Amino acid sequence: MKILEYLKYLLIGTAFGFILVKSEVVSWFRIQEMFRFDSIHMYGIIGLAVVVGIISVQIIKKNNIKDTKGNPITIPPKDASQWKRYIIGGSMFGLGWALLGACPGPMFALLGSGITVMIIPILSAIAGTYVYGMLRDSLPH
Amino acid sequence: MFGVSANLRHVCAACNFGNVEFFNYDWKEAGWWNITFLVGSVLGGFLGGYVFSNPEPIDLAASTVTDLQALGINDFSGLVPADLISWEALGTPTGLIVLVLGGFLVGFGARYAGGCTSGHAISGLSDLQLASLMAVIGFFIGGLLMTYLIYPIIL
Repeated sequence: MKILEYLKYLLIGTAFGFILVKSEVVSWFRIQEMFRFDSIHMYGIIGLAVVVGIISVQIIKKNNIKDTKGNPITIPPKDASQWKRYIIGGSMFGLGWALLGACPGPMFALLGSGITVMIIPILSAIAGTYVYGMLRDSLPH
Repeated sequence: MFGVSANLRHVCAACNFGNVEFFNYDWKEAGWWNITFLVGSVLGGFLGGYVFSNPEPIDLAASTVTDLQALGINDFSGLVPADLISWEALGTPTGLIVLVLGGFLVGFGARYAGGCTSGHAISGLSDLQLASLMAVIGFFIGGLLMTYLIYPIIL
């Protein structure tokens, strides 16, 4: 039973990684193209994903769809009054995203595609996460 | 709630040698499904980028190619520029900045902002969360600064 649960997430993850590569959103070049506003490519993919997401969330809410364990699916709201963390933290993330040309999902998909050097930014990202955890109380949120 | 970068926190929680409070939680209970998903993503990357890889270079906008050539990027084959992202590049100052600092900022920034592209731009915007819109605006502030101000200096 537990094995089936794992398999389900493994398969969804596999589809996710496969699509990240095939849609080329893992590409440093595509990220540069996006930040230079030279193509609709990235905007089309993210935009369409959000449209599908909005429709899906609405369907889930309207029909009170339950998760696999029978619990109602609820999405915890994020606290928008913490605008500093979203703008400052988001900007730091954006600097890294444009520099490396990959956000967390693509880092791992690229590693799988044979670009083994991606283990370096993955380890750095873990280090960055850890340093955030250490400094968290002294940062503006 | 789904987000890839949450897994980076789970890894920190799994090896929280410094006993940092932010990482004191049951990472197996909270993250087993997400970590399994992440393992799948590596597998999917292997299938899409190695087993069934596309040998053609990416069909980029001509203006992007011109701009990047002006910055000194010459190799447009593959998914990422070997000039910046390769074991050879790791030995150059620019490659070191891209791989080490880039990764660090992604990890730090994602947790600071409470999510990455999948958590905020996809999941958060899908739920029409104002906080996620602010985070995405932040992503673009940083991305545009890097693209137009910092990259021209370091390349």
